[in-house]
Amino acid sequence: MRLTISGGRVIDPAQNLDQKLDVHLQDGCILKLGTAPADFTADQTLDASGLLVSPGFIDLSCHLREPGPSYKGNIASETQAALAGGFTSVCARPDTQPPLDSPAVVRVVREKAEAVGQVRVLPVGALTQGLEGQLLTNLSGLQAAGCVAFSNLRAAIQDNLVLRRCMEYAATFDLLLVFYPEESSLAAGGCAHEGAMASQLGLQGIPETAETLAVAQNLLLIEQTGIRAHFSHLSSARALQLVSEARQRGLPVSADVAVSHLLYTDRQLEDFDSNFHLEPPLRSETDRQALIQGLARGELQAVSSGHLPHEQAAKMAPFAASEPGISSLETLLPQLLSLVEENLLDYSAMLASLTSGPAAVLGEKLGSLKPGMPADLTLFDPEKTWLLNEQSSYSAGHNTPCWNRELKGRVMATLVGGELRYSILGDPLTTQAEKAVKA
Amino acid sequence: MTYPANPRDVQLTADGQLKHFLSISGLPKALLTEILDTAESFANMGEQSVKKVPLLRGKTLVNLFFENSTRTRATFELAAKRLSADVLNLDIKTSSTAKGETLMDTLQNMEAMHADLFVVRHADSGAAHFIASQVTPRVAIINAGDGRHAHPTQAMLDMFTIRRHKGAFEGLKVAIVGDILHSRVARSQIRALNTLGVEEVRLVAPNTLLPVGIEELGVKIYTSMQEGIKDVDVVIMLRLQKERMTGALLPSESEYYRLYGLTTEKLAYAHPEAIVMHPGPINRGVEIESAVADGSRSVILQQVGYGIAIRMAVMSMAVSGQTQERAQIS
Repeated sequence: MRLTISGGRVIDPAQNLDQKLDVHLQDGCILKLGTAPADFTADQTLDASGLLVSPGFIDLSCHLREPGPSYKGNIASETQAALAGGFTSVCARPDTQPPLDSPAVVRVVREKAEAVGQVRVLPVGALTQGLEGQLLTNLSGLQAAGCVAFSNLRAAIQDNLVLRRCMEYAATFDLLLVFYPEESSLAAGGCAHEGAMASQLGLQGIPETAETLAVAQNLLLIEQTGIRAHFSHLSSARALQLVSEARQRGLPVSADVAVSHLLYTDRQLEDFDSNFHLEPPLRSETDRQALIQGLARGELQAVSSGHLPHEQAAKMAPFAASEPGISSLETLLPQLLSLVEENLLDYSAMLASLTSGPAAVLGEKLGSLKPGMPADLTLFDPEKTWLLNEQSSYSAGHNTPCWNRELKGRVMATLVGGELRYSILGDPLTTQAEKAVKA
Repeated sequence: MTYPANPRDVQLTADGQLKHFLSISGLPKALLTEILDTAESFANMGEQSVKKVPLLRGKTLVNLFFENSTRTRATFELAAKRLSADVLNLDIKTSSTAKGETLMDTLQNMEAMHADLFVVRHADSGAAHFIASQVTPRVAIINAGDGRHAHPTQAMLDMFTIRRHKGAFEGLKVAIVGDILHSRVARSQIRALNTLGVEEVRLVAPNTLLPVGIEELGVKIYTSMQEGIKDVDVVIMLRLQKERMTGALLPSESEYYRLYGLTTEKLAYAHPEAIVMHPGPINRGVEIESAVADGSRSVILQQVGYGIAIRMAVMSMAVSGQTQERAQIS
């Protein structure tokens, strides 16, 4: 199968490329950019004129809700949402029911993902059994079953000796550990950034130090054990600074920010809108600006969706009693494009955080359009406006402040392994014969 | 889910009339003054032989208390009865699981019975806003205390007390002393005092009982009682819950009383005509000396009486706002 994507503006941060070029695909991989090789005849052509062509987006943190209660979503619904959001690979969080703490469960997830045949699903394994922070999981076995990284999520490991052992054992196999830094005693009972807004609303605050203490402690143990580590969902300027300093010292650490923390602050809580009840909490405008700058400067390697779909009832409660999380796979692109429009980010930095950045964090051969790479591509129109609603959305979770809102910037087509898996381009593919007739 | 742009939209009709009473935040000075004036017209009713007016005749009020309360609920009940409304009292113990669903189901059931007014007390901040904006927008909601967020009828009865004893708000210095961190009353008082235009609102407490960033509400922070109440016209003491000794917020009741308890000696720092207030119930010997609580400067018992007038005012105004809005829609 040979396919040419013609006439699009191709941006590939991994090659520092931003140019109007044709992209030629063969057997599920990128063959060449630019003029077609002499012996190449495309079976089909996809007209991408007027569109941006990027390597497919990679999400370092999303919840596929399966196995688990189906009313919150399942692999089929959430990977379809991922495709519609421009993602071609998503890391699946381990806090499913049961959690991804045994090779059997991981295999079920991978088989299900292959059966629905949408995006690549990269499972993140549980670091401890039941995510309880006490007994190690079979890390090597989980790796063999397909886990790309390991995490205990926000359920921090209380016992520092256990944490150290986890790191040492993981380092044996050069595994990647993902930390969602939070010191639980400081965060206990909290639901909002500790600051003037939470104080006025009478919501229990989570101080910045809940995050920074955990980052500092983890960094010291990372240094000691030599583990490769990634910090996910950083929410404060100070935590970003700590990780950046560690990187400068040469520590093998990286970090991402969830898209919501680039867009919103604790000011959004004023009306008790439970859609803004997130973990970690939305922090101050100073923090938001620092995170945007960190992304623009490359101090943050990735933007994750932090996608956590919920049924309506989960959010139909007073703020603190509502379940935290936001549905964001389908809104991430327009949200990031709004930062580009405000000149806070450029296309290259934005797309690097969705492609080459997360690919480098995972060490996976993904996220670029270099010849030989898997042909995962996202085609989007940054100007196209659309409404997020029942008709346009695929995720089971409607828990987003963007629901029923007009968004600017839309994914028009997504290809995984050279296959057109999602498209709203109408009848996008033309065969050589049709092309000849038209000519 | 669609949320209104700001809290004010939830509470007010298109032409600025009260239709829910959820928090002081977002309400203009004129409306707070209207509440006080309306309450004034009800204030002396208790002394008359016929203690009823027919303003809410045929209307049904449901007291929905998800948290225990004796006095607040009683004053709401009495206020409703003086307005000739029918009253149903429900004490609902929330289960820790599926709190939201219980709340929603309970309220929708009550709405289906055509209640006109819900008085709600709930342990979660924002519960009253949630109900008014998401669950039963056509029933007037009066917030009788939500978490640490707001207790607007208590704040308004305190304003009523201050106006009755001090005449006006302009030029007044008011100190609120004690456990600000856990106090919904304090948060509502601060907003009401600033909206009504007092000269200065002071908070007096140790750092562990002061919410982070509260000075953004326009208050001055004092950690010393002597400095904090110096020359003030009104001293509002807050109740200190016994459980504050756990979790390292305070070392002991005796240390707290020594530093922040209102004694005759400390009251001497305030203006000679300063009044002493307390939302009750008081802990004698913990935050206030008996001699002060029962003394000539104390207006604590008057506050309780004014509570009925304020609640009559707010209930009648909110029901009238709802009725008007319904008329406009149909």
